[in-house]
Amino acid sequence: MAVILEKNFPVEAGAFTTAGEASTTIKRTLKQLGVNAEVLRHVSVACYEVELNLVIHSLGGTLTLLVDPEKVTLISKDVGPGIPDIDMAMTEGFSTASDEARTLGFGAGMGLPNMKRNATEFDIQSEVGVGTTITMSFALT
Amino acid sequence: MTIREVMKLVDGEVLVGADRLDTPVDTACGSDLMSDVLAFVKDKTVLITGLINPHVVRTSEMLDITCIVFSRGKKPSEEILEMADEIGITVLSSPLTTYTACGELYLHGLPGTKPKKTAPEGA
Repeated sequence: MAVILEKNFPVEAGAFTTAGEASTTIKRTLKQLGVNAEVLRHVSVACYEVELNLVIHSLGGTLTLLVDPEKVTLISKDVGPGIPDIDMAMTEGFSTASDEARTLGFGAGMGLPNMKRNATEFDIQSEVGVGTTITMSFALT
Repeated sequence: MTIREVMKLVDGEVLVGADRLDTPVDTACGSDLMSDVLAFVKDKTVLITGLINPHVVRTSEMLDITCIVFSRGKKPSEEILEMADEIGITVLSSPLTTYTACGELYLHGLPGTKPKKTAPEGA
């Protein structure tokens, strides 16, 4: 399917102050494209969760937004450290977040399951020492 | 219920959004844990929280939350208030504790948001 829009957003590790700025831009961009409110909320929640994960857990990465006539796709690709046990990471309540993340109201171990719940399709691939890639798509129709 | 009625029930002071007090709200959510807020809120929701940082506003923007009530008289920084105002979120500061503010709203007919799924033990 022809891609209407492709945008990349670099996300810095540990940048708590600016965390969420990419998600804000993505939400505003999709709103301008006329994505309906319900779909937009699902994309926004999953996007914010994945962006926070990049800030809290990764060594840095990139968030990519792809839009085609049928769906919105978000790809989060980081440069490590990788997740040793994906099943464990997907369990609600399991978290390895820092105290700093918890102080801000995050790190409750709800992020990955919440992304999966909001996305139409969810895929996570991870290798320790290499990195993690999460691909989520959201049907527009 | 409108934000104006919320304001009266929690004895709230309007910090930004005085021109948006007639906006309707359908549900409310009281939490300091943004992870939980992200997990079950829907639109036209009031968020009652004791947590003050920019992520409260960012989380609210992602969810289309229309009104934030900071409990126990807390007031966020000007920067946070400007962020909220720009997005169109009304911000109130209430002298009540989170528990009491939620209780007043619930008692007067504002229901809670329903989680899609109950959190597991230890979450």
